[in-house]
Amino acid sequence: MRSDIAGGGPRSGRRPRWIPVRPARFPVSTRVRVRTLVLTIAASAAALVTMTWSLTLGSHELSPAEVARTLVGAPAEPGHAFIVNSVRLPRALTAALVGAALAVSGAVLQALVRNPLASPDVIGVNSGAGLVVVFTLVTALPAAVVPVGAFVGATVTAFVVYALTWRSGVSGTRLVLVGIGVNAVASALTTLLIVRYPVDRVSLAVWWQAGTLHGAEWADVTVLLVGAAVLLPVVLWFTRHAAVLQFGDDAARALGVRAEQARTALLVASAGFAALAVAAAGPIGFVALISPHIARMLAGPLTGGVLLFAAGIGACMLSAADLVARHAFPIALPVGVLTAAVGAPYFLFLLARTNRAR
Amino acid sequence: MNSTSRLNTESLDLAYPGTDLIVSDLSLRVADGRITVLCGPNACGKSTLLRALARLLKPRRGAVRLDGQEIAALPTKEVATRLGLLPQSPSAPEGITVEDLVARGRFPHQRLLRQWGEEDENAVESALGMTHTQALRDRPVDELSGGQRQRVWIAMALAQETDILLLDEPTTYLDLAHRVDVLELLAELNESRSRTIVMVLHELNEACRYAHRIVAMREGRVEAEGPPSEVVTADLVRTVFDLDTVVIPDPVASTPLVIPEGGRLRRNTRGRPGGSGAGVDADRAARQASTER
Repeated sequence: MRSDIAGGGPRSGRRPRWIPVRPARFPVSTRVRVRTLVLTIAASAAALVTMTWSLTLGSHELSPAEVARTLVGAPAEPGHAFIVNSVRLPRALTAALVGAALAVSGAVLQALVRNPLASPDVIGVNSGAGLVVVFTLVTALPAAVVPVGAFVGATVTAFVVYALTWRSGVSGTRLVLVGIGVNAVASALTTLLIVRYPVDRVSLAVWWQAGTLHGAEWADVTVLLVGAAVLLPVVLWFTRHAAVLQFGDDAARALGVRAEQARTALLVASAGFAALAVAAAGPIGFVALISPHIARMLAGPLTGGVLLFAAGIGACMLSAADLVARHAFPIALPVGVLTAAVGAPYFLFLLARTNRAR
Repeated sequence: MNSTSRLNTESLDLAYPGTDLIVSDLSLRVADGRITVLCGPNACGKSTLLRALARLLKPRRGAVRLDGQEIAALPTKEVATRLGLLPQSPSAPEGITVEDLVARGRFPHQRLLRQWGEEDENAVESALGMTHTQALRDRPVDELSGGQRQRVWIAMALAQETDILLLDEPTTYLDLAHRVDVLELLAELNESRSRTIVMVLHELNEACRYAHRIVAMREGRVEAEGPPSEVVTADLVRTVFDLDTVVIPDPVASTPLVIPEGGRLRRNTRGRPGGSGAGVDADRAARQASTER
């Protein structure tokens, strides 16, 4: 026992599962779980492959080599630059970033309420953002308002759900039920907006409502990147708090967590990521529910690393879904239709499994 | 009392929002480097007192002091480096491994950039070592037995490296062997590291065996406080628990052993002490004692 206490580094005869990172020159230290690192790299690689593949597909098919040449600035034909850089690349990047944002939003929410069924689309956060976005579309407000409106809608909805669920603590099951109700209200209000306004303004909103990456442009990519750059450090910092909050409030507070403050920050950040996704691509369902679930099954409970892994899965999943939705059917479908078709049965499976576990 | 006390309370009134007082005018000095056990009947306020000592409940009146400062005025993280609490039933995230869970006890010591220094690694190794859970480090916590799981939670609290450790009923839900196991572990920690331990225990005889000092509570007040051998008498147990008992020296540790008198049992055993039925009777006595509680 004594010798074990003394041992600082990885124990001999045991494959290290965590690698400590302590650069000698900087007052920085952290540790990385080998398994999570490998999985994250694999998920990111898969996402990159899917994205590259999607760059080759379209009305004018390109070979991967042609795509690669265009990306490095030496297109084989002048037309390639427009096809790849202006049309396909923004869409591919938007797909990956939206998928990642949804996954992060869901992962944080699921850890926060300790319920695998919670996700921004299930509890109405996406609909809340969608309601505000549809309002900006039908009233023809400037496009720059859309991300802000989405953030306000998402955050307000998240807090409404949270407040309605609160009874000296938040039960995950009640949060899901309250959320489903709030989701229905937000969807109903959105429908009301759509029937109240003239058709020419509404058609865009209806198309957008299905969740689509059609027409994604560089402006969307910029908003997503800037938003993620602001929110990700916040989320990664508070992930440590979330990891301890999962022990229960008393245990977490005894470890020095200011529970309410941490919960509020996590809720806002989760809503923020959902809002980024909704502003760019409309309310796309189930990616936020499933990606964190897969991440948890493969890499364990939430840590900063698992969060990034979930983001990689989300990016890969939505890239693949968009690729299939565009090219596998006689007509191009909105990607939201496809994720719903795949995700809804999975949600029911989860629901059944959760109930059996109780 | 001449021992020192880093953690103490002064005329403490405790209540949850919207309830009557649960603890009133309670002053207590927790002796440093000792094991203090809070005991008393259900709803006597012992767990509430423990939560207040850990700064989880704000006193309605009076104060809890840690190192002479009012604990309510100290930052949460600061308190967490001096005083740890293991609640009665903390929940482990699904699929978490033992090592990961114990490592989360380092939370109050971690900073924005310094998240996993050598001191963190050493603290976790030492906590696993002290609780003899190194061999379990890669196992998921959900798969452990109740006793192992409790050891792991104690390891988590130890990784926090606080001089004072509060535990709320650490032996509840454990079978006899695992209860002894956990209590022996805590006694060992107290002895080898002179950690101050305050815990709530339900079982009076376990309290007598392992406590240096017992705090017997009833209806939010301290009825008696001191070493078990001085404090625990049949009179006290009658006052605190409304139960008639015989108190004899424990044949193993010579600490007080409290044996409930239950009417039926007394008739059955009278006149044949140590007879072949004694085991059965003792069993029945224990059962009776537990229903009385």
